[in-house]
Amino acid sequence: MRISIIILFVCSCAISYGQDMTALVMKVKAKLDQVNDYEAEGKMKTDVAFIKAPIGKVRVFYKKPNKFRLKKDGGISLLPKGGVSVNMNSIFTTSEFVALAAGEAMVNGVNTKIVKLLPTNENSDIVLTTMYIDEPNLLIRKSVITTKENGTYTIEMNYGKFAQYGLPDKVVFNFNTKDYYLPKGITLEFDDANEKPAEAEKLKNRKGKVEITYSNYVINKGIPDAVFK
Amino acid sequence: MWTLIQIELFKIFRRPRTYIAFAAIAALIGVVQLGLKIDGQAYVSFMMRDISSSISVEGKILNGYQVCYIVLQALLVHVPLLISLVAADMISGEANMGTLRIMLTKPISRTQFLLAKFIATVIYTLLLLVWLAIMALFVNMLIFGTDDLFLLKSQYVVLLKKDDVFWRYVCAFGFAALAMTTVAALGFFLSLFAENSIGPIIATMSVIIFFTILSTLSSIPLFNAIKPYLFTTHMIGWKEFFDIKVNDANEAIVGTIQNPGKIVQSSIVLVLHIIGFITAGIFVFRKKDVLS
Repeated sequence: MRISIIILFVCSCAISYGQDMTALVMKVKAKLDQVNDYEAEGKMKTDVAFIKAPIGKVRVFYKKPNKFRLKKDGGISLLPKGGVSVNMNSIFTTSEFVALAAGEAMVNGVNTKIVKLLPTNENSDIVLTTMYIDEPNLLIRKSVITTKENGTYTIEMNYGKFAQYGLPDKVVFNFNTKDYYLPKGITLEFDDANEKPAEAEKLKNRKGKVEITYSNYVINKGIPDAVFK
Repeated sequence: MWTLIQIELFKIFRRPRTYIAFAAIAALIGVVQLGLKIDGQAYVSFMMRDISSSISVEGKILNGYQVCYIVLQALLVHVPLLISLVAADMISGEANMGTLRIMLTKPISRTQFLLAKFIATVIYTLLLLVWLAIMALFVNMLIFGTDDLFLLKSQYVVLLKKDDVFWRYVCAFGFAALAMTTVAALGFFLSLFAENSIGPIIATMSVIIFFTILSTLSSIPLFNAIKPYLFTTHMIGWKEFFDIKVNDANEAIVGTIQNPGKIVQSSIVLVLHIIGFITAGIFVFRKKDVLS
């Protein structure tokens, strides 16, 4: 009898805790829902061991429910496969998810609630999202997203002027890369036999990072669909 | 001396053989341009197959700068063969026609005679490179437009901003001029030892092909040891202009070159080869008993 009461108590606690997390997630979603569309300017830095690229200016476009486009202001852009298109707004395109509490953690000096988001739709590319939510400000400080096709990403967000809309000033995407190698016969490189071991070792790092620092957002001014094609 | 050079240039450009190289370059680049214009996307997909699994590359990859790089990568291995058609004929052609002995009866030193011929060969080589630059760079810029340059190296990829590319091509063509002059000097040197053109032309081509193959066999330690001494290893030094330095945060620094020291080293090796071939040529020619 006593055991049954304990189990009942634990279950009811867990259920109520889960419900609380859903409520919190819905509050965050409501905050993000203020934004119907936005256009943002920013600078993108790609830090992947096997990529040598300069910092480039980018323009980001978003429109409800899940249209997202990152364009470089002229030129060629290198982006982690599928990763950058994952943004907080597009994660909440559906309300078909289960939110479970997973404790608390500090992210960049801010106390956050950890919430595990499980999509109930089997066709969703996202398998699991772990959110680190700053509860008082209703801001997502960090997200770890596991997808079916493109592995796991970590997205860290810093907020500033546009925190009231839940839009970050800086986003850092961390992702895993695959090995890259082309035979020297193809690239006609004959004289790299004395390559420094430290350099070679550096190139084997399989962690990649893309940082986008936004300088300005234009919110809810309307964006034509043609931009996303 | 200038008169001598003018005479030699007149002789070079009077021969139909001279224009084979110009026509060959125009035809080869024309074919590449046509192919890439019609089915360039398939080529880009093939190029990107290794990187596209983890990185998505967006933008106009197949632009004029990219096509120029593709053309140079393919052609700068073969242009030496075209240069040898003229360079290796400079002395042996005269010997073959029986005009060498008559020319040496003129009141000019053998050294002057040889230098005038070599300078004319160098001018021909430079004109060929200018033609290559017009066809490979400027015409491609017109046809395909300009944009950032995305290059695949064996262990990493390089993205150069559009504004940071043109000067690299200018430098690359400058370096290529040095490399091609080395080939011209070799062909010119070999032409001293024959009395018909075919021998030195084939010998020059053979040396270049042989050395290029040795240069590519980097997995064999024995060849690795001799590679730094082969001029063919240094002839591809122009590619160093298209590698960029990164800072500690792995950001590419616009306007920099990864290994400027390597370019200087390769330039020195090539200049030493040119000086060596010409000095040896003068030495041989001054001692030579000219009978034809």
